[in-house]
Amino acid sequence: MSLLVVENLKMYYKTLRGYVKAVDDVTFDVGKKEAVGLAGESGCGKTSTALAIIRLLPWNAEIIGGSIRLDGIDLVKIGGKQLRKEIRWKKISMIFQGAMNALHPIYNIGQQVSEGILAHENVSKKEALERTSKLLELVGIEEEKINRYPHELSGGMKQRVVTAMALACNPALVIADEPTTALDVIVQAQVLNVMKELQKKLDLSWILITHDLSLIAETCHKTAIMYAGKIVEYGDVVKIFKDPIHPYTRKLITAFPSVVGSKSEMASIRGFPPDLLSPPKGCRFHPRCDDAKEICRTEEPPLEEGKTKGHYTACHLYGG
Amino acid sequence: MSKDIAIEARNLVKHFPIKIGFFKSLTTRKPPVVHAVDDVSFKIYKGEIFGLVGESGCGKTTTGRLLINLAEPTSGEVSFNGVNITAISQERKMRKLRSKMQIIFQDPYESLNPRMGIFDIIAEPLRLQKITKTSEELRERVVEALEDLDLAPPEEFMYRFPHELSGGQRQRIAIARAFVLRPEFLVADEPVSMLDVSIRSEVLKLLLTLIEKFHSSFLYITHDVALARHMCDRVAVMYLGKIVEMGATEGLIRKPSHPYTEALIAAVPVPDPTSRRIEVTIKGEVPSAINPPPGCRFHTRCPYAKKICMTEEPKLQEIGKDRQVACHFPL
Repeated sequence: MSLLVVENLKMYYKTLRGYVKAVDDVTFDVGKKEAVGLAGESGCGKTSTALAIIRLLPWNAEIIGGSIRLDGIDLVKIGGKQLRKEIRWKKISMIFQGAMNALHPIYNIGQQVSEGILAHENVSKKEALERTSKLLELVGIEEEKINRYPHELSGGMKQRVVTAMALACNPALVIADEPTTALDVIVQAQVLNVMKELQKKLDLSWILITHDLSLIAETCHKTAIMYAGKIVEYGDVVKIFKDPIHPYTRKLITAFPSVVGSKSEMASIRGFPPDLLSPPKGCRFHPRCDDAKEICRTEEPPLEEGKTKGHYTACHLYGG
Repeated sequence: MSKDIAIEARNLVKHFPIKIGFFKSLTTRKPPVVHAVDDVSFKIYKGEIFGLVGESGCGKTTTGRLLINLAEPTSGEVSFNGVNITAISQERKMRKLRSKMQIIFQDPYESLNPRMGIFDIIAEPLRLQKITKTSEELRERVVEALEDLDLAPPEEFMYRFPHELSGGQRQRIAIARAFVLRPEFLVADEPVSMLDVSIRSEVLKLLLTLIEKFHSSFLYITHDVALARHMCDRVAVMYLGKIVEMGATEGLIRKPSHPYTEALIAAVPVPDPTSRRIEVTIKGEVPSAINPPPGCRFHTRCPYAKKICMTEEPKLQEIGKDRQVACHFPL
């Protein structure tokens, strides 16, 4: 049973020079208690997809088509008030990129975490603070630190605070946008462990947005690899890492050096990601693909299920 | 690889004083300092790629800056080709040496002057050092530098400005600027951490080719152990201003001797969903460098710490072939 189903989602940014096709025909789903990783390089549309799901769009962005169904409710169609009252934070919450640096400097963390509870639920201040201290304990911050201010906390602690914030109203789905990018490896490992434990303890679903494939390999069940606003490959993590099909995925996986196993050559992808104002015709990856044929230049490959069930690829040559 | 020493750091110390108010200064006897680099010694051989690995705030960048005399050490010395460069006080004399040592900074969005064209950015070191005699010669060198970094055709890039280029292209310009003088020694401070993964490996490959071409010695500063493994011949792991372990890269990563190195390697996520990672056993975060813990600086987080670790500081000692470690109880 899927909790969230995103189908043919299109979200464009309106600019003076035309539409920037940031999210173009994206389809994926998140099951209950499932962690899905959205991976790709900067500008590939991963954050835009997340913003569309929680419908916090910048002023110039527009959902052009498609549907986002959460437990059967289409989030694209419902009004702003219903979204605010029933969906945001209660059903879906988000850990924004760099959120730990956006904590308010003159409120203590207890006040900041409880603010979310007070805004969304009809509870007393005292009750909200009690729940806050439980939340903080859950992410590994001692109760007595509830009156601390952000400047008194380290980066890892602040990241835990914003994680607690996202959990404030018991959501079913949490979207985490690059939650550990600014942290050092050891702290990153600690925060990831907290997130993994929370997922099990609270039966949460996660969408993890990151450029670092190894984080997805360690934490997620499924992954969608995005390139230039489209999903190029989507499926089970183990299958995608063991047997990647799309040329982009294959290159991307080997572009990461590893500390285990034998030392191997790091792959590189020639050229640069395209400008989404006028993405290349046909397959968007064809200008950088070593195997591109004529059909790749003219016809856009659809995202199709391959021989293995649940493994989708958008490639003329290797997919299907 | 020859065993001639290109550059050597001897007991380098760098303390940054902290500003305190006037009244506080009346009551404190010793003004507080940040112990950025504390008694660091190592050698980099000719043609070698030496890595400095550690978390943010461990002093790796400061060490890099000290090596090329961009910062003045509190004590200790750096010798470059046998000359003690920390003793050179006159900038004019130093300038001659600067042509032999260059640095590549982390962020190509900040290290390139937005008002200068690409040609001028790369030509500036040549002009300052008065290396080229004629303008044709200057042009030739710039073209060659651009070609070396696969920025072809050079004419297309020469007359552009940094804002017209992507991050990867900018970083290549920064590398071209560093290599245009054909330096003997280079420091690269996280040169690819701002770049996308698909572009990273290409930039690293170009770096390796250039190092080989000019037989440069290279200090590679990074927080990414996996990248250090890919790039470096030898690495030193730093923690709170000190080198805790140093040795040939592959051996050090396969069998670390210092508990901190072990934890650092175990914490690196592995791009393989089927591999089970070892639990990270160390807790907490790096203590403040203003009042570093006495004894072994890692003892507050070390799972193996004993009594002696809290009082006595371990010295960097040779254990086995080409491996030094600063630990009372090496693994």
